[in-house]
Amino acid sequence: MNDLLVPLTIFVLAILVGFEVIAKVPATLHTPLMSGANSIHGIVLVGGMYIAAEATDPLGYFLAFVAMAFGAMNVVGGYVVTDRMLQMFKKKPAAPKAGAKS
Amino acid sequence: MDIGTLVYLAQLGGAVCFVLGLHRMNSPATARNGNLLSAGGMVVAVLATLVSLVTREGGLDAIAWVIIVVGFAVGGGLGLYTARNVQMTEMPQLVSLFNAVGGGAAALVAIADFLRLTGSAGAPVSTTVFVVLDVAIGAVTFTGSLIASGKLMGLISGKPIIFPGSRILTVVLAVVAVAGTALLVLGAAGTVSLDGTVSVLVLGLILASALVFGVTMVLPIGGADMPVVISLLNAFTGTAVAMAGFVLDSPVLIISGALVGASGGILTKLMADAMNRSILNIMIGGFGGGEGTHAAGAGGPGGSVRSIGADDVAIQLAYATNVIVVPGYGLAVAQAQHAVRELAELLEAKGVNVSYAIHPVAGRMPGHMNVLLAEANVPYPLLKEMDEINPEFDRCDVALVIGANDVTNPAARRPGNPVSGMPILNVDHAKSIVVIKRSMGRGYAGIDNELYVNPKTGMLFADAKAGLADLVAAVKAL
Repeated sequence: MNDLLVPLTIFVLAILVGFEVIAKVPATLHTPLMSGANSIHGIVLVGGMYIAAEATDPLGYFLAFVAMAFGAMNVVGGYVVTDRMLQMFKKKPAAPKAGAKS
Repeated sequence: MDIGTLVYLAQLGGAVCFVLGLHRMNSPATARNGNLLSAGGMVVAVLATLVSLVTREGGLDAIAWVIIVVGFAVGGGLGLYTARNVQMTEMPQLVSLFNAVGGGAAALVAIADFLRLTGSAGAPVSTTVFVVLDVAIGAVTFTGSLIASGKLMGLISGKPIIFPGSRILTVVLAVVAVAGTALLVLGAAGTVSLDGTVSVLVLGLILASALVFGVTMVLPIGGADMPVVISLLNAFTGTAVAMAGFVLDSPVLIISGALVGASGGILTKLMADAMNRSILNIMIGGFGGGEGTHAAGAGGPGGSVRSIGADDVAIQLAYATNVIVVPGYGLAVAQAQHAVRELAELLEAKGVNVSYAIHPVAGRMPGHMNVLLAEANVPYPLLKEMDEINPEFDRCDVALVIGANDVTNPAARRPGNPVSGMPILNVDHAKSIVVIKRSMGRGYAGIDNELYVNPKTGMLFADAKAGLADLVAAVKAL
């Protein structure tokens, strides 16, 4: 049980950090934030790599392969789509008068 | 320092990047940068893991290399392709899909580790607990997110689906999962003797009931509540990943998972608050199934509706000083974000001040409306949040409501109806109000909007995109 105390401490403190960091985000950015947080849990890819390294039978290989593919889709897709959303939040130089030239 | 320590520190650095990256999403100016920082942290953490696996005793065998490289290429390629090609209006279902595969991966990691352990010495009690939690949460997220995604794509009806006995089925599934968990934990503690095959079967039973549970959990929830559900499921995946971290004894997984669990939880609560409903109330479901089927111009109770033509609206808008645009779900559905920007630019050229009032739950996800308008090149300083814009309605000449309904209903200020207490935009304080809407149909709260029968309100009955195109043509013709 003692082996668990350190991971448990890390877990609880990380939750508190998550509350603090995120509670300040304005509603404007909630969708990109949801998508950004979504790509962070793609870190499960690391778990997939450990599993792949340990696998010794066909079932293990299969599970590891699917876990790797799922995790990679989560990570790559998540970051790319978040970046696509965020690159649209640009402040234009002459913002309010942008249409004046037409 | 040995390699193990260096790898650990690199993974810790990755986790720090995640926290700092999320922090930078506080402001639109640093948000993109923050996301890139977070992605950089991910690359570091993944490469460090690869290094640790290669340099450990025995290294990586050929099969493991193939699994890692090909698995990554297949999944990453699919993710890259869909992320590059998705329409901005279809963003919520894609996020839900990515969330589903994340949850699925977390469940698979625990299953694979459990199979490996039962094949050798058997899993200890603490590992068993986290394996079961990971499998259960991950599986619920997997099927739940797929259903949510299907509902948003229109593959599954957005209406709440309740079949006879669904409540009982849900309870039975929960009981099976809890009983299975208890059995496995007792088996691991040695209180009950379980051989390997039986414990694998029990885990399979837990997996199956969690998969079905995910379906029965999301099916009864209406399409309009999907944003809250996706946000909640996102938090679930985070938690599942943290559980996978306990199973594999990997601090970086624990930190990242807990971080996402907390963020998803906060977002879910913010969204539910904005709709003045509790998360529990949404999860119980059965509320709202899209627009009602009232005929156009039928007239609501307690007043008559004034219909108005595009030419009249164009004159009102062109000679106004301050115009506030109130975009809603209808604008997102009609993909009218470019049309609204075109109209706004025409008006600005005539010296009209145009700003946008964004209700926290406008669109399909919190902040979704901002993304849609940003995609149409509307400068973000013009997008005002509810608390900022509400006093402005008193000075506003024309409020142009496009496809928004319940978030503008003044009935919310009175007790005793389904929208009571919901924060609303003070559209009725404007000198004149124009509503572009297809019909007198109700919003998902299922009640009539008193705004529409206000003497100051003119109704322009049209699809958001067609109505805006008419307005643009009419303003140009002035």
